[in-house]
Order: sequence, then structure tokens, then C-alpha cells
Amino acid sequence: MIKDSQAQIIDKKSWNNYYLFKLESPRIATQAHPGQFIMIRISDHPYPLLRRPFSIHSKDEKSIDIFFQVSGLGTDILSQKIVHDTLDILGPLGKGFQVGANLKGKEVVAAGGGRGIAPLYFLAQELSSHGASVKVFYGGKSLKDIPLKEKFESEGFDLYCSTDDGSFGFKGFISDYLKAELEKFTPSRIFSCGPEEMMKKIAKFATEKDIPADFSLESIMGCGFGVCWGCVKRIRKNGEEEWVKICEEGPVFSSEEIIWAEYEK
Amino acid sequence: MTDLSIDLGFIKLKNPVIASSGTFGYGLEFAPFIDLNKLGGIVVKGLYFSPRPGNPPPRLVEAASGLINAVGLQGVGVKKFSEEILPELRKYNTAVIVNVCGERDEEYASVVEFLDKEEGISAYELNISCPNVDKDGVCPALNPETTFSVVSLVKKSSSRPIITKLSPNVTDIAEIALSAQEAGTDALSLVNTFLAMAVDVETRKPVLPNVFGGLSGPAIKPLVLRMVYQVVNRVKIPVIGIGGVLSAKDALEYLISGAKAVEVGTANLIDPEATVKIIDGLTEYCQKNGINKIESIIGTLKRS
Repeated sequence: MIKDSQAQIIDKKSWNNYYLFKLESPRIATQAHPGQFIMIRISDHPYPLLRRPFSIHSKDEKSIDIFFQVSGLGTDILSQKIVHDTLDILGPLGKGFQVGANLKGKEVVAAGGGRGIAPLYFLAQELSSHGASVKVFYGGKSLKDIPLKEKFESEGFDLYCSTDDGSFGFKGFISDYLKAELEKFTPSRIFSCGPEEMMKKIAKFATEKDIPADFSLESIMGCGFGVCWGCVKRIRKNGEEEWVKICEEGPVFSSEEIIWAEYEK
Repeated sequence: MTDLSIDLGFIKLKNPVIASSGTFGYGLEFAPFIDLNKLGGIVVKGLYFSPRPGNPPPRLVEAASGLINAVGLQGVGVKKFSEEILPELRKYNTAVIVNVCGERDEEYASVVEFLDKEEGISAYELNISCPNVDKDGVCPALNPETTFSVVSLVKKSSSRPIITKLSPNVTDIAEIALSAQEAGTDALSLVNTFLAMAVDVETRKPVLPNVFGGLSGPAIKPLVLRMVYQVVNRVKIPVIGIGGVLSAKDALEYLISGAKAVEVGTANLIDPEATVKIIDGLTEYCQKNGINKIESIIGTLKRS
């Protein structure tokens, strides 16, 4: 059940303008699935006005983590919160990734770019616990933009990193690295989150190679629980294209559902 | 025991707090968060006769203490609403008000004629003021003649009371209000969103593909209060204030200025419990100030 509740920040880490907060919320921790998100109220006052959406990055018995990059006023104010501060959070929201026992013993890929890596840690853990073998592809502009590299490594995930400037790992986009690696192996499924251009490229070659792929989409959101109709994306639903609220019916959709032409503008 | 009830003449509300159209979905979405029976009323999301696709994204951009939206009234249409949503909604003991839209006057009338056959609706709110559906924000509420034309046609077609929702994007809102009154509207709701825009300085493009959107939220409250005050002094019918009501204090400002009720909009997006908190805040204010009946403070603004 979605609820509005208070959660204390119980740990905080940062790397340049990337932040990792641990929030105490046993209720959300119990309910959350990978790919779901929470809406955080940034201020008690009416500026900034709207809540901001954050993917659930990981969870334990009583807490959830969020991982974010400062990219505007809301995330800037949030980044200045300290341990013991309390946040007003709404969640868990959305439907998230489908992770089932059918992936047991299968090889799967989780590919994320920049802050889009956020939901993929929780996903990779869940996939592992279902017996899937996970290859994590993690890309950023530069070495400083892939701060969770060690975290994935220490959990024993098979990690493939890329940087646009070549300061670490494969030089180029993570989509290009994944495309090159797919000459060597064929995963049962690809899961991805990141810039739309990156996801669009991955969807294209995944479709060509007939690999099922799921993508977590991002949008400005007014509410997060389906009442403002502000966060829509073009989705194929029951054979028809329509504007679908990603907060409610997503944010995860398969490559066949997403009308990628919308991202060519 | 404080009496929060409000008599609009054609309908009695249990309190002056109504959830506003476009920010409350079809009402049922809020059932997990609040007891819908506590609300004075619910104005459900705008309905055209047929399902409506809405505008391409991005549809939202935040402004200082405000929200600019260009959703474009995406919605399910009257048939699905009547068959799937209304039967659930009418189980609640609150006034259900349907926000009625149309591309032409006749469509407004056909929506009302269709819904007149359904039980469990207290009134219609005529949305003649959405800035996001026609070019450059054009809508019937920008002009006294087009307002008169649609309101009088719908009034003739409807067996239920009509609340006409006005646009703030006019020179003299009282003139439009008088025109709607003359056409037979039972009440007025002030206002729909303010025509607004935002620019992406990197691309030098408008943030909204629609170019314009409608501004709502606390940023507009002082402007709407002024409009409500101007209109209540000119019309004989009840006026409902809509704009930036986040707290009981905001609601009280409207009531003291002469509004008989308020609609709570953008606040619902930020705090799904906002309506109920505002109702509780009104009770608290009345108790603190020895007010037995909230109706007694309506239009009591002191000018000296």
C-alpha cells in the first residue's frame, strides 16, 4: 500500500555531486520491488513545490537507499540534508522490473548510464537471489561519474565499465560497449536505465538480436501516484499507441511497448 | 461542535473544501490516503464526450511556488466514466461534481445530457476555461458572448445545477461572471490556470511542446483572491475560490473575501492528505475563535 510517511536519513555518502542516502523505512523496505520509486518532499514550504521521484537503489530489513546526482534545485537542496534529518516520502510507487524464477541459471544484463544506475543495484541483487547470473554494464562521462563501481565489484557482480572520455574502462558509451560484448554472448534479458538516447540504442540492437529488454523511463512527475497525468510517455497498449502515465503503469516498460520514435526529437 | 457545512443554495456541502478537477484524478485514487467521505465535494477530472489523448510530453514544468501544466485534458470520456468509475464514486457520502469539457458548445451539452441519466452526481462544473486545448489558450471563458452562449445551452440541456469555471486570462473577470450569471449558471468557480510559459535557455526552445501551459499553485493565490473579491461584489450567485489553497489559512482568506467554498488543486499532488488537513485546520480555527458556524465568516472582510 502506498503511504505518505516520515523517514530519517540514517547514513549519507557522497562523491562529487552524487549522493547515496539511507532512509529508515521498514514499511517501504518490506514492500519494495526493484524498479519502484519514492516521491520525496524537498521542502516543508511551497518552494520547490513538487516532490521529486527517486528510484529505490537498494534495501535491507528496515531501510532503503536512494542514489542521485544533483541536477537542479530540488536535488541540490536534498543533497544538503544531513544524517538524522527527516524526509517526507511517498511510496513505494510504480510497478518496477519483472524479476522471476524463470531467470534462474540464465545470463542477464543490467545496463545503466550516469544516475540511471540507481535502480539497477537493487535489481542486480534481486536477480542474483533468483539464481540469475548478472553482468552489470555501468557507464558515465568520466571516472568520477561511475562512483558505484567499487560497490558493484565488492558484491561480486561481473562489472563492465565505460567512460565517454576513456578515463576508465571502455572508451565510449555504455550502449556501444554492450553492443560490442554481445558479439561474445547472448543474455536472456537486458534491463536498462539511463539517458533516453542510450536506452533507445540498446532497444534497437536488442530487438535486432531478438533479446527481450526492459527499460525504466524517467520523466518530470507532478504527483507520482497517477492523478496529474503529467509524466506520460508514448506506449503501445493493447495494440494502440497512447500516452501512458509512467508513474502508475511503469516506470518500466519492455522494448516492444515503448514507441522509441518519440525520443528522436 | 463546529458546523462547517455550507449551503450553496442548490446543494449543501458538509464543509467548504472541494477537491479540484485535474489534480484529484477520478477521486478513487485518493481512497488509500484519505476518507473521501470527509470532503465537501470532489470535482472529477474533466470529461469530454469521447476519450481524449491529451498533449505530448513534457507536460509539466515547475515555476517558483507554482506548476505550469499542459496536460491537455487527457481522459476516459463519459461512457467509461459512467460504467467503471461513477458506480464506485457514488458509494461515498460527498458531493460528486463532474468537470464538463467540449470542443464546441454542443459537445458540452451532449456530455451533460449523457450524464443526466446517471445517478450520484450533484452538479456539473463547466470547464470553459482550460488554456491547454486550443491554440494560444483560446477558450469560451475569454469572452462574455461565448461564455453566455455555452452556459445558456448547457443550462437548457441539464437537469442538474451548473457551476461555471472562469478563466483568469481576461481584462475584467466580473464582466464574464455577470455574463455567465445572466446565462443561468447556478454558481461560479474562480479560476482555471493562468496562461504561462517557460524557456529552456540551452536549446532556446519552450520547455512545453505546447509552448503555453497553465500556472497553478501558491504563486497565483493573491491574484485569484483579488478576482474572487471583485466578483463576489458584483454577482448574486455563490462563488467558489480556486488557486493555491495549501492550508486552512489559505482557505480562510478566500472565505473571508466572500467565496462560499474553495477547491484544493495543486496541493493534492504534493500532499495526498491536503484536503483533510485543511478541513481539520478550519475546525481548529473556528474553535479557537469561538465560531460555531463557518458560514458566518463568509464575506466578512473588514475595510476599515
